[in-house]
Amino acid sequence: MTTEATVHDADEQEQEERFAELLDHYKGQAGALVPLLQGAQAVFGYLPEDVMRRVAKAAGEPLSKAVGVATFYAQFRLRPHAKHTIRCCHGTACHVSGAARISEEIEKYLGIEAGENTPDMLYTIEEVHCVGACGMAPVVMINDRAHGKLTPEKAVEVVKSFRAEVEGPPAGDNGGAPAGLGGQEGDDE
Amino acid sequence: MAATRTLIRPAPQNPRLTVPEVDIRICLGTGGVAAGSREVLKAFEEELARQDVLAVIRPREDKCDGRAASITGTGCQGLCAMDPLVEIHLSRNGKSSKVTYGQVTPAMVPEIIEKHILGGEVIEKWLVLTNEGPTEYDPFYDAQEKLTLRHVGIIDPEDIDDYLEAGGYQALYKVLSEMTPAQVIDELKRSGLRGRGGAGFPTGQKWEFAAGYQSPDGVKYFICNGDEGDPGAFMDCSALEGEPHAVFEGMAIGAYAIGASVGYMYVRAEYPLALRRIKIGLKAAEERGLIGDNIMGSDFSFHIKLKEGAGAFVCGEETALMQSIEGDRGMPRLRPPFPAESGLWKRPTNINNVETLAVVPWIITNGAEAFAARGYEKSKGTKVFALAGKVNRTGLAEVPMGMTLREVIFGIGGGVKKGKKFKAVQMGGPSGGCLPESLLDLPVDYETINQTGAIVGSGGMIVIDEDNCIVDTARYFLSFTQSESCGKCPPCRIGTKRMLDLLTKICDGQGTLADLDFLEEMAQQVKVGSLCALGGTAPNPVFTALRYFRDEFEEHVVDKRCRAGICTALVTYSIDAEACTGCRACVRVCPTGAITGERKEAHVIDSELCIKCGACYEKCRFDAVRRS
Repeated sequence: MTTEATVHDADEQEQEERFAELLDHYKGQAGALVPLLQGAQAVFGYLPEDVMRRVAKAAGEPLSKAVGVATFYAQFRLRPHAKHTIRCCHGTACHVSGAARISEEIEKYLGIEAGENTPDMLYTIEEVHCVGACGMAPVVMINDRAHGKLTPEKAVEVVKSFRAEVEGPPAGDNGGAPAGLGGQEGDDE
Repeated sequence: MAATRTLIRPAPQNPRLTVPEVDIRICLGTGGVAAGSREVLKAFEEELARQDVLAVIRPREDKCDGRAASITGTGCQGLCAMDPLVEIHLSRNGKSSKVTYGQVTPAMVPEIIEKHILGGEVIEKWLVLTNEGPTEYDPFYDAQEKLTLRHVGIIDPEDIDDYLEAGGYQALYKVLSEMTPAQVIDELKRSGLRGRGGAGFPTGQKWEFAAGYQSPDGVKYFICNGDEGDPGAFMDCSALEGEPHAVFEGMAIGAYAIGASVGYMYVRAEYPLALRRIKIGLKAAEERGLIGDNIMGSDFSFHIKLKEGAGAFVCGEETALMQSIEGDRGMPRLRPPFPAESGLWKRPTNINNVETLAVVPWIITNGAEAFAARGYEKSKGTKVFALAGKVNRTGLAEVPMGMTLREVIFGIGGGVKKGKKFKAVQMGGPSGGCLPESLLDLPVDYETINQTGAIVGSGGMIVIDEDNCIVDTARYFLSFTQSESCGKCPPCRIGTKRMLDLLTKICDGQGTLADLDFLEEMAQQVKVGSLCALGGTAPNPVFTALRYFRDEFEEHVVDKRCRAGICTALVTYSIDAEACTGCRACVRVCPTGAITGERKEAHVIDSELCIKCGACYEKCRFDAVRRS
C-alpha cells in the first residue's frame, strides 16, 4: 500500500528486477499465491495479464486459480490504479454519520466515481468497509493517512489541500472545483 | 520440557538512564493520527527546541544533566472523541502530576509549553483528565479496568524495551520456567476466558482440544486472527498498534500449551500502521530471543509469520482464514473436522483472536482467579468495547463484563451526540443487531445479549439516533454481507441478495406489507441453510430490526414515510416562507441549483431539480428547511 505513491516513478527495468526477485523468493513455497499477488501489485500497481501468468507459473498453479484468487479479494486490482488513493470509509460508524454524502462530494469534486481514476492518473477513489478509526467517523483515508470527523465540506477541503501539496497551488483555474464549493461562509446574514 | 535448562529472564537491553522532568505522551493510533497527532508531536519538538529551556531527550539514549523533556508516541489512549490526546507528566521539586489535554492542535502547543510545562499551571479549557481533581470526562475512565489494553496508550509500541520495562514477556518466562503445558491450559480454563472474536468459545477448552491431537509430522500451528472485519470494531487494530508484543507473548504461551512450533498472524491489509508495528516488534522480539528458536534459552521454539489479509470479511471465519493462508480463495468448509484436529495444511491448528491473546499474559501473571473475579456469571473478566456512531465520547473502553448497556452508552459514552434522541445500539456488526432503548438495562454478557437476537460479537457498539433510519441500517448490513458472501453455498449467496433487494425496495418506497413477511421468511431460510457463520448470522440485523422496530418498517410500506429522512425516495424538502430569512446560505450549498430566491426574501426549492441530498437542511440555521 505504501508503495503506491512510488511505483509510477520506478522505471520498467527496476520493476522487472523487483518482480523477478519476488518470484524467486517464493519459489516452491506452499501458499505463496496470495503474497505473490500482493507483491506483484506492489511492484506494478495492479495485476496485468502477463504478470498474472508469471505469478501462476511461479506458484505452480493454473492461471484460472490465480485469477480466481485475485478476483476473490478486495485488495487486488486488474486495472491500473492512479498514483494516490482516496479511500472513503463506509464502515458502520461512518455510514450512520453520513459517509454517503462525503463520498458524493468527493466524487463530484474530482469528477469521477468510486472505483475510477482521474484522467491524469493522479487519484483513485475507493469505497472501503472499515479503516479502524471508527471513533473519528466519518473518515477518509488519503494514501496511508486517515482524516476524521469530516463533513462533506471538510472532506473536500482535505482533498483540496492534499492536491495543493502534491500538485502545487492551483494555477489560474479553480483546480476543478465545481462552482458553489468555494467560499460558502458568505458575508451576508 | 520445562526447567531442563536455566532460562534467561527477559530484561530491557537499554534501561532508562533518566526520568526526565517532563514526559509527554501523544496518541499515535490510527484515530489520533486521523485527528492530526503527528503534527502535534512535531510542534512539541519544534517549539521545545525553539524555546530552548528544556532539552528534548530520549531517556534510553541520553543522560540529562539539566532540565529535560521526552516525547513519546503511544498507541490509542482510548478517548478518540478528544483526539489528539496529549498526556503530560511533570516531576518537579519532589512532586509529580499527570494531566491530559484533548483536541490539541499545533497552534495550542506554545501555550501548553509556556503555561503548563514551564509555568506549572493547568489549562482548564483543554483539560480532559488529571490526577489532581475531577473533570467532566472522568465517567469515561472511572468504570474502566484495563487488563487487555494494560500498556496500550502508555508505552511506545515501537520500542521493545518499553514493553520489557513494563513487565513484558515475564508471563512467557513464568510459563517456560515453571509450568507444564497442561498447567497452562488449566489456568486458562479456570480463568473463564472466552474468545473475544465473537463466538465466545472458552479459550482453555479450545487449547485443550488442539493439545490433544497429534500431528503426523509433529508440526502444529497457532494462528492469531487479526482480520478484524466487523465494520465498526477497532479494538484489535488498537491492540496491535498499541502493543503488538502482548499479542506475540499470548501466542507463544498458547503455542507452548498446545505444542505448536509455527505461528501465523493474519492481519488486514487495511491496517497499515498495525502491520508496520508488528513488523518492527517481531524483528525486535526475534533479535532478543523472545520469539524464534530456543526461546529464553529453553527447548521451546516458536516462529511467527505475518500474513497480510487481502480483504475479505469471510476470512474472519477460521476455516476460510486457513484457506486464505494456504493461498486459496477464503471459502469456509464444513466442520468437523475442526481445526484442532485438521486445520492449516491438515495439521492440528488453534486460532484465537487478537484481543483474546493480548489478555493471556495478564492471566498468567496475575492468576486465573484474579481474572475470574471480574465479570458476570458465565462471562468472566473484562472486554473491550468500541463506542462509535452518535455517541458523545467515542473510543475504546475496557470494562468488566456484565455492565449494563445503559452504563456503557450513557455513563462511559456520555449519551447521544447533540442531545438527539437515542434510537438503538447496534451490537455485533453484520452478525448482530439493533437493540432499542427498552433493553438498555440488560447486562452485557454473552448469554443475555444472544437472547435479544444480537450478539456481543467483537464488541462494536454503534449508537444510532433519531436521524438514522432503521430500515436503511438493516439494508446497509445486508449490502455488506451480500457483497462479502463468498458464494460457496446458495442460501447465503442468493438469499442475502434477495433480502437486500427486498430491503432496497422498501427503502425506495415500493414495499408492501407482504414483503415484510417474505423478508422474515427468507431470513429464516438463510439462517438455517447457510454453511458458515457469515450466512448463518447475516439475517440477524433484519430479525432484530423487525422485532424491535416493526413500526418503522410499516411506516415505510404503508405510509410511504421515512421518519429519519434518510430514504430519499420517501422524503421531500420545502422551505417555510415564514421562517426563512433570505440569507442565501442554502442557495450556495445546493449542489444542483434547485433553490432560488432573492436576498432577504423567502427562498423556494424546485422539486424537479432537488436530489434530496439534505445539504440545505443541514445548513439552515433558522429551521426554515422542512423535511417531510
